[in-house]
Amino acid sequence: MSTLASALQSRPAPPAVEEQSGRPCKIAVSNLNFFYGANRALEDISIDIPEHLVTAFIGPSGCGKSTFLRTLNRMNDIIAGTRVDGEVRIDGQDIYRGSTDVVTLRRRVGMVFQKSNPFPKSIFENIAYGLRINGLARSRAELNGRVEESLKQAAIWDEVKDRLHESALALSGGQQQRLCIARALAVKPDVLLMDEPASALDPIATQRIEELIYQLKSTYTIVIVTHNMQQAARVSDLTAFFWLGKLVEVGRTDRIFTNPAQKLTEDYVTGRFG
Amino acid sequence: MTQVSHFQEELDQLKSRLLEMGGLAEDRMRTAVRALVDRDPALVDAVLTGDTPVNQLHIEIDSRCVKLLALHQPMAVDLRVVLSAVKINTDLERVGDLAVNIAEAAVRYLAHSPVKELIDIPRMADIAHGMLRDALDAFVRRDTQLAQEVLNADDALDALKTQVFRELLTYMLQDPHKIEPSLDLILVSRHLERIGDHATNIAEDVIFMVSARDVRHHAQ
Repeated sequence: MSTLASALQSRPAPPAVEEQSGRPCKIAVSNLNFFYGANRALEDISIDIPEHLVTAFIGPSGCGKSTFLRTLNRMNDIIAGTRVDGEVRIDGQDIYRGSTDVVTLRRRVGMVFQKSNPFPKSIFENIAYGLRINGLARSRAELNGRVEESLKQAAIWDEVKDRLHESALALSGGQQQRLCIARALAVKPDVLLMDEPASALDPIATQRIEELIYQLKSTYTIVIVTHNMQQAARVSDLTAFFWLGKLVEVGRTDRIFTNPAQKLTEDYVTGRFG
Repeated sequence: MTQVSHFQEELDQLKSRLLEMGGLAEDRMRTAVRALVDRDPALVDAVLTGDTPVNQLHIEIDSRCVKLLALHQPMAVDLRVVLSAVKINTDLERVGDLAVNIAEAAVRYLAHSPVKELIDIPRMADIAHGMLRDALDAFVRRDTQLAQEVLNADDALDALKTQVFRELLTYMLQDPHKIEPSLDLILVSRHLERIGDHATNIAEDVIFMVSARDVRHHAQ
């Protein structure tokens, strides 16, 4: 830890995120700690995530970036023996306090995973399911409309419109991932969390996902975890670098990748780590 | 880690090729000025016919930079090193060209009697050469202080160029036969001043490479 402490003191602090991004804060995290049993996986994380921008989390394996992503919609609640302290405020409301309904929270803060996980049902049903259980479509026509809208938003409509009732499992990996994005968008979230959404895809499918992320940010606040630094550089507006459960630095992506404030960040982005 | 050390190795090779290019450019400008001052046609020829190694290195270094960018996608300080190398390479190639220009002026100048004893032109050459050497040392040592000193030295060179022009103007006014060789000396002073400008560019690139500060055009 002393290495981190001394490294962090070596350069001046960059300006606040809000100042750097010029956008209001959507998710405000303060002094967040996360424990797997006795093991503290996240240490005192404070970060403001601005709305309608893409924020990327980068860092070596095990640095806590995916754990942190999952604290943003309480996805870690389902893991036994975990504990959180600190605050995560979305639109000012602390999601770990009081009357937060976790199901509603996860509808507002959708998630896409590394491995695409469509339901073993038709393409149509994959999207319609969430709409039905959330009571978000009052008629068959509205349901059809919402399914089409979601598939269009996820840039997969043209590829599947003629086979909506075929199994989703027959789609290619890249199509399955975009279907999962469409499924997350169908319930009209504010925030989309993406955990390595393109790491299992070929370069062409990856490019389509990246283009999609770029288009979606005008409507959603997007947070993406990626191992691929070039991907973070290409798709994100802000980049946060995590190391050993700590947030080392967050700032505009162009600055992080051309002139990071912290020596540790520079060592990581230039591949001189370890 | 294998990939990192491989990248580092390529980066080190790039730097050493750039220094080799710098050494050649320095050598050629000094030789061109010595040929003029010593009135030595053999040295003039050596400069006029010896541009090939600089040109080959120019192409080779650019090609190395393109490969490094395409294959390694360097970030942060590494990205700045490669970008600076591309620009420094261009500046050094221009210094090589200016050495040829000086040699061409020397060919014409040697066809006449000397206008005067050459004092300020060798001084300009010393300053320009010192700036170039310091800029390259600053590159090797990542020394922004030395780079800043190069920037500061440019004014002296500009002042000498003006002085050379004024002095030669008096010779030209006195004797029309001295107009042609005097014009060649004025051109040489102009070429030396340009070499100083290229050294300045290199020093600015070193400051950018080391500290990510863009000091060109007095930007902060």
